[in-house]
Amino acid sequence: MNILKPAFVLVTLVIIWQLIIILSDVPPYILPPPFSVIEATVAHADIILVHATITFIEMVVGLVIGTLLGSSSALVLSYYQPARQWLMPILVISQAIPVFALAPILVLWLGYGMISKIAMAVLIIYFPVTAAFFDGLKNTNLGYLDLAHTMGASKSSTLAHIRVPAALPAFASGLRVATAMAPIGAIVGEWVGSSEGLGYLMLHANGRMQIDVMFAALLILALMAIILYYTVDAGLRRLLFWSPETKLNQL
Amino acid sequence: MKPDQNFSISITADRLAFGSVLLFEHLDFTLKKNEWTCLLGPSGVGKTTLLRIVADLVPNIKNVIAKCSDNKPLNGRTSYMAQDDLLLPWLSVLDNVLLGYKLRSKQADRSKALNLLQMVGLSSNIDDLPAKLSGGMRQRVALVRTIMENRPVVLMDEPFSSLDAITRVRMQDIAADLLGDRTVLLITHDPMEALRLGDRIHILSGRPVKFITPIIPEGTRPRSITDTQLLKEQASLLTRLSNASTLDLG
Repeated sequence: MNILKPAFVLVTLVIIWQLIIILSDVPPYILPPPFSVIEATVAHADIILVHATITFIEMVVGLVIGTLLGSSSALVLSYYQPARQWLMPILVISQAIPVFALAPILVLWLGYGMISKIAMAVLIIYFPVTAAFFDGLKNTNLGYLDLAHTMGASKSSTLAHIRVPAALPAFASGLRVATAMAPIGAIVGEWVGSSEGLGYLMLHANGRMQIDVMFAALLILALMAIILYYTVDAGLRRLLFWSPETKLNQL
Repeated sequence: MKPDQNFSISITADRLAFGSVLLFEHLDFTLKKNEWTCLLGPSGVGKTTLLRIVADLVPNIKNVIAKCSDNKPLNGRTSYMAQDDLLLPWLSVLDNVLLGYKLRSKQADRSKALNLLQMVGLSSNIDDLPAKLSGGMRQRVALVRTIMENRPVVLMDEPFSSLDAITRVRMQDIAADLLGDRTVLLITHDPMEALRLGDRIHILSGRPVKFITPIIPEGTRPRSITDTQLLKEQASLLTRLSNASTLDLG
């Protein structure tokens, strides 16, 4: 993989960051310089690691559960025609209420621990996965379905061998969006009420004017989100080795 | 093992409309056993609709009756080959050929598939994805897949029309060779194709289409493209078809 370009972008961003500080003379309690953020990261590595692990688990578990729920909903929706009338309104309503507004209620019901944050992440991830996968399952090439029909395929066998694989590219784009959103669920949940996690650490450091620690937590959060995204992306590319889109992206 | 194909099929309908457009009136033709019946006509005349109805791909059509001479249902005894090769892009050539077995959860006859792929010159491509193949190669895979279904009746909807002229002639030869003893319904808009492959050719033109006595070309399929008689008949068919379509436009 070409690591040079992302590294170049990163270095450029750090230089711009440093330049802003030099040129605007902004005080370090508003924007700390890159070097002191790295220093804070190293100095508080043990605490950051503990909180980062919590947030990472929330993100990953939320992503897994949200994806499983989302894809099973899409399968049910496409397999049982009547389910659409009942499930679609629920889906739409669940999206009409902003998930962030639900955060305090989730913390109230599910407690200060990880469960409420995982629930937040699941709620955010569920919809894009369901919508994208269902859309893909609905739009199977009609010719494939004709072929399966003349071959004497059952409904479930057509779903398993034709409609699901054909819908995978759509599922993949939904899952990419969901992966990018997973950290939001976890962090917002932690802001609303928690005693651990990077979101909690940021609020805590903010209250004590440890701005460099805040930025250190943010740095680690960004790193985790990037690693998660590229891991999922690499997995999807392997799954979709046959898709023209995959080849196009590799160019 | 060859399927039991000792039956003819008569296809009849009083009238067949698509939406508000009346496509066929007094539709009546027969697929004789082991013969290739061609429906020849310009695009938009309703050929594909008719074939799809025979293939049981159009739900809720009651007035077209396909009756087999052995009184068994036609459903389940046909295989279908479309203009689009319909190869699944995520399956290798071999897996595409064996798709029917997979869909029915049956043990696949791999050696027969490999044998047929070799006959059509694709033995070195069995593990390739369809995206790697040329149009002619893909259509050969689709042909092998159709043959692997081992059904007595083969329905083909302009299977070679997207190929270039040279590849098309070669594909016609291969199809005639491999499906020679099957009962075939071939839809085409190419008079040459109909004349090379058809035992009886029904000309479909006008609106609604009226079925008249079919043309029965001489000789055995695939008829040679250098046959002067064939070229003459092609010219006369083309004239007939273009006259009919001028009337349509007028």
